[in-house]
Amino acid sequence: MSFQEKLEKNIWGFAIMVAIVVSIGGIVEIVPLFYLDNVTEKLTKDEDSIRPYTALELEGRDVYIREGCYLCHSQMIRPFRDEKERYGHYSLAAESKYDHPFQWGSKRTGPDLARVGGKYSNEWQFQHLKAPRSLVPESVMPNYAFLDKAVIDDTLTERKMRALKSVGVPYTDADFKTASAAVHGKTEMEAVVAYLQVLGTMVKFEEGKDYRE
Amino acid sequence: MVENILVERAYNFKIVKWFAFCAVVYLVVGALVGDFIAWQLAFPSLNIDPHLSFGRLRPLHTNDVIFAFGGCTLMATAYYIVQRTCEVPLWSNKLAWFTFWGWNAIIVGAVVSFPMGWTQGKEYAELEWPLDIAIAVVWLSYMGNFIMTIANRKTSHIYVANWFFLGMMIMITYLHVVNSLAVPVTMTKSYSIFSGVQDAMIQWWWGHNAVGFFLTAGFLGIMYYFIPKQANLPIYSYRLSVLHFWALMFGYVWLGAHHLQYTALPDWAGSLGAAVSIAMIIPSWGGAINGLMTLSGAWNKLRDDYVLRFLIVSLAFYAMSTFEGPVMSIKTVNALSHYTDWTIGHVHSGALGWVAMVSIGAIYHLLTRLWKTRIYSESLVNTHFWIHTIGTVFYVCAMWVSGIMQGLMWRATDEYGNLTYTFAESVAAMHPYYVLRAVGGVLVLVGGLIMLYNVVMTIRSADQAGMVAAPAHA
Repeated sequence: MSFQEKLEKNIWGFAIMVAIVVSIGGIVEIVPLFYLDNVTEKLTKDEDSIRPYTALELEGRDVYIREGCYLCHSQMIRPFRDEKERYGHYSLAAESKYDHPFQWGSKRTGPDLARVGGKYSNEWQFQHLKAPRSLVPESVMPNYAFLDKAVIDDTLTERKMRALKSVGVPYTDADFKTASAAVHGKTEMEAVVAYLQVLGTMVKFEEGKDYRE
Repeated sequence: MVENILVERAYNFKIVKWFAFCAVVYLVVGALVGDFIAWQLAFPSLNIDPHLSFGRLRPLHTNDVIFAFGGCTLMATAYYIVQRTCEVPLWSNKLAWFTFWGWNAIIVGAVVSFPMGWTQGKEYAELEWPLDIAIAVVWLSYMGNFIMTIANRKTSHIYVANWFFLGMMIMITYLHVVNSLAVPVTMTKSYSIFSGVQDAMIQWWWGHNAVGFFLTAGFLGIMYYFIPKQANLPIYSYRLSVLHFWALMFGYVWLGAHHLQYTALPDWAGSLGAAVSIAMIIPSWGGAINGLMTLSGAWNKLRDDYVLRFLIVSLAFYAMSTFEGPVMSIKTVNALSHYTDWTIGHVHSGALGWVAMVSIGAIYHLLTRLWKTRIYSESLVNTHFWIHTIGTVFYVCAMWVSGIMQGLMWRATDEYGNLTYTFAESVAAMHPYYVLRAVGGVLVLVGGLIMLYNVVMTIRSADQAGMVAAPAHA
């Protein structure tokens, strides 16, 4: 009797065999990412100012996730000439090491936002979120004027930071202490803009250096 | 013979009826939400903030079509096939009804969650942690019941359709549990325990295998049972189905990395994903050929069997999208296609062409067997077939054109090396295709409504006939 035939007559053997076969690909592709040391780029002290998000930026990021912005905006610039022209230096793995979950996205119905930080003024961002077509007539983005009226729940910020700390984001006791005060009375609009303005600004790139092996 | 009839009476077909009916309802709901968000992309003033804006409704659409429509179809067909091919009733009726109420409660939870903005922010795994736990519990009940029913079987061999269902159940358990690991903040907010590049790889390991196992392996199980049954012919090749099965189980798992070409994921992982993707053309086409060749010498059946048309055309779409997918995973092509509407078109040729059509065919087949009656209107099945097919073709073609156009506009440079187009210009250029796509969506939605009407009328006429016939039996 062939092995296949034996399996077809034994549900437990069949199930175990399937459980093994379907696990291989995932193990090979995922597990090394946790221990190979060239997965996250090594940056010099001058280059590297990657830090956890401030309380306000973190709250802004949560609004960004809640509104599903990642469904239309990527945050992952590829190493192509046109993307460099349009968006800036290609993205590094190190830049999203504190992103739980990652926000690389999969679709550009709108432009990539990985380096949108500092590209426009705060006033531009406020107006654009309120009424995108008032600044970009071709845009198909929904209006987010309601963010301007929604005040952030400052009782949750510290808990959010503590949760992130438990999965490896290096927040300190000082961050926890000031968290609530830092977002007190701020609107969701202010938080989102704070988040957008920091995107892609934490690495000082050296011209011409190859960051990917 | 008498024994057979007695066994059949003990089968739990009621659960199959309920899941099948729910699947039809969710097909209509999923198409409705999907088409609404398609119109939003063409006419952004349709966004109703905050609850009905695109960003909140898109997960509702994807989760409804995958888990509500797809999930109910898979539960209906698995419970039906496993009883029929093992010649025993379900191991536990209580557990089966638990999966029915549990799954539907989760769907209600999703319908509330997404407009509220409660999301984990990972595509197709957006539901928050309490619902994720519920999914795991219901899913394991489904798998446990399925395996125990097979363990109780009266037949000597396990039929091929069941292998595919089993593969799906095991892999989805892995994927769902690992990808949903999160640290909770409140009942409606949590953070993935993974971050950055690892989170990206795990997400697309999940994302592509939700396609590969939930939407492919499970529906291949449907194909391996319903095509031979509807055509009344044996499956073309047993050997091919063995090859198809094991190659699919082993190979599909690797493909997720091809979603991350040229990103900050190490190059070896993306290349590995693409290499295995291309190799997967062989088993995928092996499976499609196995289904199609079942009709060898009996192609004339397609002339008047509309249900068979759905099943066979689904395989044509399956073959097409399992060719298109590997092509898109090649780095050179991916550089153009990634981030564009081409991906959306590819997904829908699989979802509307393959998954929806094989499901619709299977549900029409079940309708006549479960309610022991003829379909209320055969010609409406034919209408549904054509309207659904044309809608799908509209959708896919519109997205091919818009996707390739986006890719080309983004990379175009003039003679001085400057970018030719602003991003906004590429958005404006999409407008006609977004309208066309939404029109395709309307056709699919109308098809779904026709099906729902036909199903309701069939059930009603069967119930009336049953009521008339009942006293005679007594």
